[in-house]
Amino acid sequence: MSKWLTRLFCLSLFVGLSLALLQLPNDDARLSPAVTRQLDASGVSNPVTAVLLNFRSYDTLLEIAVLLLALVGAWAIGQPRTAPATLDDAPLLIVLRLFLPPIILGAAYFLWVGASAPGGAFQGGAILAGGLILLLLGGRSPWLRRPLLHRFLLILGLTIFLMLTVLPSFSGHAFLQYPPEEAKIWILMIESAALISIAFTLTALFLGGPPRSPNS
Amino acid sequence: MISSEQLYLIAAAALVTIGFYAIGRSPNLMRKLLGINVLGNGIFLFLISVARPPGKSDQSPDPVPQAMVLTGIVVAVCATAFALTLVDRYRAATGRLTLTETDDYA
Repeated sequence: MSKWLTRLFCLSLFVGLSLALLQLPNDDARLSPAVTRQLDASGVSNPVTAVLLNFRSYDTLLEIAVLLLALVGAWAIGQPRTAPATLDDAPLLIVLRLFLPPIILGAAYFLWVGASAPGGAFQGGAILAGGLILLLLGGRSPWLRRPLLHRFLLILGLTIFLMLTVLPSFSGHAFLQYPPEEAKIWILMIESAALISIAFTLTALFLGGPPRSPNS
Repeated sequence: MISSEQLYLIAAAALVTIGFYAIGRSPNLMRKLLGINVLGNGIFLFLISVARPPGKSDQSPDPVPQAMVLTGIVVAVCATAFALTLVDRYRAATGRLTLTETDDYA
């Protein structure tokens, strides 16, 4: 009985949603012209990056905070995980040696290209996280044996972002406002720090709980 | 004949419905989590398809919804990772992947 009720509900949800979406007003209440007008002042030429790192940078600031918060939550409630032991698996080592350099290069490329084309800290960070997870699975995760360094890498992005956006407010700028002539270099600094933290946070979330060193 | 914009919107509504059904009907927590992700992807598809106004395909798409979807993807990844930890902890504590003792909601 309840099964059919749910199905009926879902069917009407689908029909109702489709009708509502198809009747959306096709007006010009869009933010695209506003972004285009101010693009020159943003320091980057890719409008999506301009929105993410300049016009709505509080979105990105809170996004990095959410990423860190998810990890804090996972470490607080998750079961302690032992990092995989060092593997002497020949194919894995070949894969690591072959793929790690292009992965690091690719992450740096995506970070740099984000200024003018699709790319940015999160895309680069996700690629670097892929490389770090490969290292983790091969048991080559030295950062897990240095808890202080590991935590420093995890909070680096949020710390740099906060420092660079709060400090200017003491010298007359608004919160989250960059000096327009230096916007490009500021965005690049924030994104570089964010990339490292994103990559390490995603890798730590992949492990799924607080790391437990094998010898403790 | 429906245009590709309308097709995207209908597909978004379908994804939201499928996700909703999985959350409501499946007793398995992993399936509920997958359902939440499918539902979220329906919303992302909706946002991306309204970024470009219908009939103005020569215009470059609105960057603001695109930026919102990029943020949304990251938040969805965070929420999923945290939820997976919760599910794992729940299974360790109860030995089950369902919220109820039985496998059916009927």
